[in-house]
Amino acid sequence: MTEATITPAMLSTAEVARAYREAKAKRAKKAALLKHVFLIITSLIMIYPLLWMLASSLKPDNQIFGDLGLWPREFQWQNYWAGWNALPVSFTTFFWNSTVVTVLSVIGNVISCSFAAYAFARLEFSGKTIWFALMMMTLMIPYHVVLIPQYLLFLNLGWVDTYLPLIVPRFLAGDAFFIFLMIQFFRQLPRELDEAAMIDGCSPFKIYWAIIMPLSLPAMATAAIFSFIWTWEDFLGPLVYLNDMEDYTVPLALRSFISSDGVSQYGPMFAMSILSILPIILFFVIFQRLIIRGIAMSGLK
Amino acid sequence: MAAVTLSEVRKSYGQVPIIHGIDLAVNSGEFLVLVGPSGCGKSTLLRMIAGLEEITDGTIAIGDRIVNDLPASQRNLSMVFQSYALYPHMSVRKNLAFGLVNLRMPREEIDRRVAEAARILRIEELLERKPRQLSGGQKQRVAIGRAIVREPQLFLFDEPLSNLDAELRVQMRVELASLYNRLGTTMIYVTHDQVEAMTMATRIVVLNKGRIEQVGTPYELYNAPANLFVATFIGSPKMNVLAATAAGGKVDVAGLGTLPLPSEKQAEGKISIGVRPEQVTIGAGELTIEGTITLVEYLGSEVFLYVRVASGDTLLVQAPGQSQYKIHDPITLGIDSKEAHYFNGEGLRVG
Repeated sequence: MTEATITPAMLSTAEVARAYREAKAKRAKKAALLKHVFLIITSLIMIYPLLWMLASSLKPDNQIFGDLGLWPREFQWQNYWAGWNALPVSFTTFFWNSTVVTVLSVIGNVISCSFAAYAFARLEFSGKTIWFALMMMTLMIPYHVVLIPQYLLFLNLGWVDTYLPLIVPRFLAGDAFFIFLMIQFFRQLPRELDEAAMIDGCSPFKIYWAIIMPLSLPAMATAAIFSFIWTWEDFLGPLVYLNDMEDYTVPLALRSFISSDGVSQYGPMFAMSILSILPIILFFVIFQRLIIRGIAMSGLK
Repeated sequence: MAAVTLSEVRKSYGQVPIIHGIDLAVNSGEFLVLVGPSGCGKSTLLRMIAGLEEITDGTIAIGDRIVNDLPASQRNLSMVFQSYALYPHMSVRKNLAFGLVNLRMPREEIDRRVAEAARILRIEELLERKPRQLSGGQKQRVAIGRAIVREPQLFLFDEPLSNLDAELRVQMRVELASLYNRLGTTMIYVTHDQVEAMTMATRIVVLNKGRIEQVGTPYELYNAPANLFVATFIGSPKMNVLAATAAGGKVDVAGLGTLPLPSEKQAEGKISIGVRPEQVTIGAGELTIEGTITLVEYLGSEVFLYVRVASGDTLLVQAPGQSQYKIHDPITLGIDSKEAHYFNGEGLRVG
């Protein structure tokens, strides 16, 4: 630096300011670089298992655990069609089963939870606070605690070995998390909209349907995304209730690749695992648009 | 068009009474303004008429039908909200048509009414826009449009202009008044702005703490306020109020001198005298007061002088716009006994 040789008097104010700006820009550039390096490294760590799975889905079985390198020496594409038909039942059936269960669950969750949320957010009924507290308490009970009583219930109903235990509860607003999410969203919609709709001749249901629901697309989309992911990748529920391989969902089928006799087909399993996460990514990409659109719409006043 | 009759209407939230037995008859085709300070219950009263708020006691009749238990949509009324409450996800056209579609009105009739309302309010070119693309004034027009397409027998307005800036507020006030003249429908209008009340109303209801203080035309309220509350609430700037004692046909204004009590008025004991700023004369009068100017507000067409007088009170005086007064100048003021308002110990008008 030559600053020592130049006296402050020689530097005009503009030059001082310029030097300061340049130094600041330099520092900012350096900080941005560091930030990006850090973020890229972290992302790589996060995404590595996924990359490993993708690579493994293309390797022969003996290279999966033997090779250190990520890049397959040869691309074994037949893992995919081999995996698709590796089990006694084809993956066409498993994907179909998963799709049926997931789609119905998402629909059930979004509809029933938004109904319940609308009631809590907007309607007056006796014991509202008690019901609300009860609902919130169910948030704190782990799924695994209710699993056995629930199993007994469904066993007595004769529903074990069917999809009913996986689908019917979704239509009964069983998930307090989604209800709470939507209540919070509904509450921030101005009540005057409801009142205007009331004067415009809307019943409470019509207010929900024509006003509240269209304005709550972001909350609905969030609930749909989470509901999709959780149901699609649910392992425990199907494991407990489904016994016949014809009825298996994708996660159960994937587990079947690991056989107890030690002859496991890892390549085809990873190939199917890759296929199994595609719907989640696809669903997320489609529905996150709604979240963004919803945020853009929130200029209510 | 319909008359609205409220009898003994009460409202309480839990144990807390908000509205204490209101009796009010709104004539058919009248522009009635409910005015009062915030928290006086005017909006609650309006919402009770609308059917958005349940009434605790009493009856509300629209036309000759008691509507206590009738839902809002069946009361054949429209309401304009303070926040406009336009449906954000619908175009202006859909906002206007929404109520009519719910009534299962034929398509052509809906189109006709929407077009008519858009023409009256000059929002034809906005019909395909979403509310967020509109300015405050345009939103207000759409909100009014949504009210008029229903062709109701009663319009309710809940402080519709308070979200607009001052200039637009004056403009919308004129438009609302001409809309009223054109439709002739009964309107009930809530505001806390007494200028809005004075300029638009055929009759004004002054509310305070859930009670009616006075009902009358703007002229009556201004010239014969029933009590001190109305006297000081109506009129801008405020009426001057001085403490006084009345005895034997004379009024002793505390610390300032005496005035003869006009012969038609009877009062004894402690009273209050009210004089509007424009009723205080500059120069000597029946009661002559000397004072010092403490503040001059120049408004162009007139000047308001704040004058400190011997009693310690500050009198607000209106002077012509051309007059040259300066702060700290001494000034002589006069009060005429016929111009003044007299209120007894309970604050009620005398005579």
